[in-house]
Amino acid sequence: MSDIVLLGDEAVALGAVHAGISAAYGYPGTPSTEILEFLIDYKTRHGAPHAAWCSNEKTAYEDALGVSFVGKRVLVTMKHVGLNVAADPFVNSGLLNIRGGLVLAVADDPGMHSSQNEQDSRFFAEFAKIICLEPRNQQETYEMTLEAFELSEKFHIPVMLRLVTRLAHSRAIVKVGAKRDENSLSKPEEKRGWMLLPATARQNYLDLLEKEKEMLAWAGDSARNPLENARGGKKYPLGIITSGLGRNYYDENLPELSSEIPRLHISAYPLPRNKIRTLAAACERIIVIEEGYPLIEEKLKGILEQDITISGKLDGTLPRTGELTPDAVRRALGLEARQLRSEPGMELPGRPPQLCQGCPHIDTYQAINEAIGDDSHAVVTSDIGCYALGALPPYRAIETIVCMGASIGMAKGAAEAGVQRVVATIGDSTFLHSGITSLVDAAAADTPMTVVILDNGTVGMTGGQETILPTSRVHRMIEGLEIDPAHIRSITPLKKNAEENRRIIAEEIDHPGLSVIVSIRECIETAKRDKKKAAQEGQA
Amino acid sequence: MKYDIILAGVGGQGTLSVAAIIASAALKQGLTVRQSEIHGMSQRGGAVVSHLRLSDGPIDSDLIPLAGGDLLLSMEPLEALRHISYLSPSGSLISAAEGVENIPVYPGMDKIREEILSQPGARIVDARSIARESGSLKAVNIVMIGAASESIPISRENFIAAIDERFRSKGEKVQEANRRAFELSLAEACGAGS
Repeated sequence: MSDIVLLGDEAVALGAVHAGISAAYGYPGTPSTEILEFLIDYKTRHGAPHAAWCSNEKTAYEDALGVSFVGKRVLVTMKHVGLNVAADPFVNSGLLNIRGGLVLAVADDPGMHSSQNEQDSRFFAEFAKIICLEPRNQQETYEMTLEAFELSEKFHIPVMLRLVTRLAHSRAIVKVGAKRDENSLSKPEEKRGWMLLPATARQNYLDLLEKEKEMLAWAGDSARNPLENARGGKKYPLGIITSGLGRNYYDENLPELSSEIPRLHISAYPLPRNKIRTLAAACERIIVIEEGYPLIEEKLKGILEQDITISGKLDGTLPRTGELTPDAVRRALGLEARQLRSEPGMELPGRPPQLCQGCPHIDTYQAINEAIGDDSHAVVTSDIGCYALGALPPYRAIETIVCMGASIGMAKGAAEAGVQRVVATIGDSTFLHSGITSLVDAAAADTPMTVVILDNGTVGMTGGQETILPTSRVHRMIEGLEIDPAHIRSITPLKKNAEENRRIIAEEIDHPGLSVIVSIRECIETAKRDKKKAAQEGQA
Repeated sequence: MKYDIILAGVGGQGTLSVAAIIASAALKQGLTVRQSEIHGMSQRGGAVVSHLRLSDGPIDSDLIPLAGGDLLLSMEPLEALRHISYLSPSGSLISAAEGVENIPVYPGMDKIREEILSQPGARIVDARSIARESGSLKAVNIVMIGAASESIPISRENFIAAIDERFRSKGEKVQEANRRAFELSLAEACGAGS
């Protein structure tokens, strides 16, 4: 055993290495990115396990299925909204007969520090009827990653490890053990377990329902779901259910709570119904403290037979939105608010994130703004990435941000609804993630719209990971769609080209068919980083 | 013993590096450490805050409760004011003097200084000029650590060891300048306190 300081994300990564994974896949997304970054770095230094970014979360999950199919252990990582992209293979994978452990580490973002929504991945685990483990600190994260692989192979299902931002991006000391060997290659002899033809899928679904009974029994007994202080025969005014980081915030307030309170902590799902019933029998009221959506709270009514007051997010005892905090839990427990310092007697202006100084997106957006002028009927859609910051002043260049790849499809819809001047803006990595399929649609229909690919050669927002294909190949891919070559244009977003870029964009907006403009200039941050690295290597 | 630090700043200033150096010094001291940071979108010139908790026992929450902070260490004066509610009535507030004026309307610096200094236990450090004196303008963050080190229950030796470790790969000259920045700033802080 040795002690290492790790981010929550890194604890997953090292846990997976020690569990003997053969491969890991993912798509960058805050707060999950550092899991695969750690593994890619590990692979560079040790040669194995295989670790690589994929085009998107769906392809990552499918790659992982292939590794598992041939008997090896595999980790797949993404953020919560990434799981929407991977939902198809993910939900279906519950019906498979998993033999090589498959663990999905998914990081939720309550409070939307860096996301479009707050969705709670535990619902997805429940939807797919698989086990979900929810660690509350770095040590548990490491241990539960190891356990997740064991459970995956024990129940022959994928297992979800659910993190949240505050855990993913917090550091602490972790005691780690030794590395287990990889599984050997072994294709399943019986193929039904991996064939979801209706006839076989029906049987597999029955198998899953049988496994569900075993999983329920396991969760009911698991030491990961400890029930404390509920002594038989005694009735307490209050009982607590915590899950994930909710327990940390409860424990933070514990020294100030006067009486002994029964508490069930849940970190392994499906819900341990027996323990929930035991707790409820001992209490008059239950407060549920969970990070994310009120999943446990909503389920309680269906599990409990007796009439009992349940408090949590649904009755306003805890806030319905945002991250949990020690203070929100303090209020919920009825503890007196702490004396605060006097607030500054002045307005504090907000300090939102912004495009970096010298960012190529600035020049592209300025050119688009000028090309469109004051035409308020024009539509400019955009997407997920650094360039979404073009929504903020002074640019105010874009009008929609919905999900990865939506810009091109939405632009097509707006054009087909009758808008004359439609521009879709999308980054190169987002384009490759899920913009390309919409461009295929637009190319097939020769939709009168202009797609501007903001090609900075990197996944900027998550820290500058390499895009899956370089600029030259993105170009050839677009050409391969047989869009009129006269309307596939390139620009270099620089101040000195401002007038020319404005003119090109204006021409293409007026073209009564599909145009693609690739605006190519390297991300200012990766350019700086590469220059620094080159200088260091030069010194060495 | 427990000691809770709120670190504030603007994305790109190195707030997370400051947190990492203090955390590493705390580990050398044998303390338990939990450090919560912000990645992704918020780092791009936006407001950044990190909660750093040190203790000789277990630490439950990654987040410091309101009025729970023993020290609010800010790399930027406006950002110092943003997190006042996390500082305990008896805690220390240390802010760098120089503002990062990357927003359309930045309030008057005199007013900001006045607000900071009206808080009990508050101090403004002219980190730039101390860094210049130490021979490296890049050492501003180390100056802030030096200024705060007197309040934090970690020995001077452990701070120096953490700083040395941080700059080891940059060579002896850079290490030396940062060590000097720390010492100068610590000496200045002790002078201010007497």
